[in-house]
Amino acid sequence: MSEHEHDSHSGHSHGDHSHADRPPRPASALETRVRALEVLLTEKGYIDPAALDVLIDAYQTKIGPRNGARVVARAWCDTEFRRRLLTDATAAIASMGFTGRQGEHMVAVENTPQVHNLVVCTLCSCYPWAVLGLPPTWYKSAPYRARAVKDPRGVLREFGVELPDTTHIRIWDSTAEVRYLVLPQRPSGTGHLNESELAKLVTRDSMIGTGLVGSATGLAGGATGLAGGAP
Amino acid sequence: MSYHSNADLGGQTVRGAIVPEPEGELFHAPWEPRVMALVVAMGPTGLSNIDMNRAARETLPNYRDLGYYEIWLAALEKLLLQKGVLSDAPPAPKEVLRADLAAAAIRKSSNYSRSPAAPARYALKDRVRTVAAHPDHHTRLPAYARGKVGVVERVHGVHVFPDTNSQGLGESPQWLYTVAFDEKELWGAQEPKQHSTISVDAFEPYLEPA
Repeated sequence: MSEHEHDSHSGHSHGDHSHADRPPRPASALETRVRALEVLLTEKGYIDPAALDVLIDAYQTKIGPRNGARVVARAWCDTEFRRRLLTDATAAIASMGFTGRQGEHMVAVENTPQVHNLVVCTLCSCYPWAVLGLPPTWYKSAPYRARAVKDPRGVLREFGVELPDTTHIRIWDSTAEVRYLVLPQRPSGTGHLNESELAKLVTRDSMIGTGLVGSATGLAGGATGLAGGAP
Repeated sequence: MSYHSNADLGGQTVRGAIVPEPEGELFHAPWEPRVMALVVAMGPTGLSNIDMNRAARETLPNYRDLGYYEIWLAALEKLLLQKGVLSDAPPAPKEVLRADLAAAAIRKSSNYSRSPAAPARYALKDRVRTVAAHPDHHTRLPAYARGKVGVVERVHGVHVFPDTNSQGLGESPQWLYTVAFDEKELWGAQEPKQHSTISVDAFEPYLEPA
């Protein structure tokens, strides 16, 4: 089976909030089933089980939202890089070494005081793995996929983000192999920070569009829209 | 038999909260990372392609009752059976992902763009109408965006066409566009207004001039 995979849906099997109505499945049954499949595919010569460990380690330790945060921080500091990111994101991101599956055709979309971008995949869970890693459970869940396109303000409110009506919301449904990265607004009052300090402020959710940079600091800005949240 | 996707969720009424999750929380059971890695590692074998995988997942009858990696697992099992992996003559893998090459392999791109065989039919700012009918196979035009008028906002070049690729009928590359719709076109007059524009990435066969 191939490639970056993104189908999904409402989450995991252990009876979280989104499926309180469903009995949890015994993990041991799934554990056994997966183990059996792995043994079978190894015996038939389709997989090298040691390669699975390498893949898991890569997505746990190397390929995650800190990569995207570095891209964003560079765009905030380097006007020429920002220009390249917005005109040819695939090349700009590759120039930082972040290439590979689910990052093959990248587009970066920039938040401004007038426009807020939000990314979703209503058909499965397409997500820019190369810069953000594996998608969070909510991104793959039915409630997010169903509502993001129709009730984006309601969705943002669930993340504690309230935008003024004067901010237009631009929703990108990733229905093909193009992957979208949101370039959030740089918070005010960060002129003294260098690129790596700025990268630490950039959250995964702000690069999907369900968060604002700085809004997680607990300042009043979290609920006052794009102008707020400056640390 | 008509094809039905259980995964086409945009705009539907779905119960349940959206539960934020910390950045480092990637898996919720020890078998989940194994499934993720199994699916990724099966890529190089060439047994199926990404569009076949999506079709296998979205047609699982119990799709809506399964968690993310359960869907992956069930679809992988289904495809392996379809491809005869358990038969007396299982298909030979095109390639096997070896541990020493795995780290480099995931940094490599699977490029979906292809050379154009014909010029693009649409240009930036063109008004287009999406087709209304649902085809009898896997497709990537969501139900909420069928039979709607939008504007071409980006032209992405020519990409592998999921509708044929998912059926093993070849890549049949097509021009790909970002088509943007006003919220009113998709949902009617909603109150309160969202002040939003929604786009999909649409292949040329999904579009007609408007």
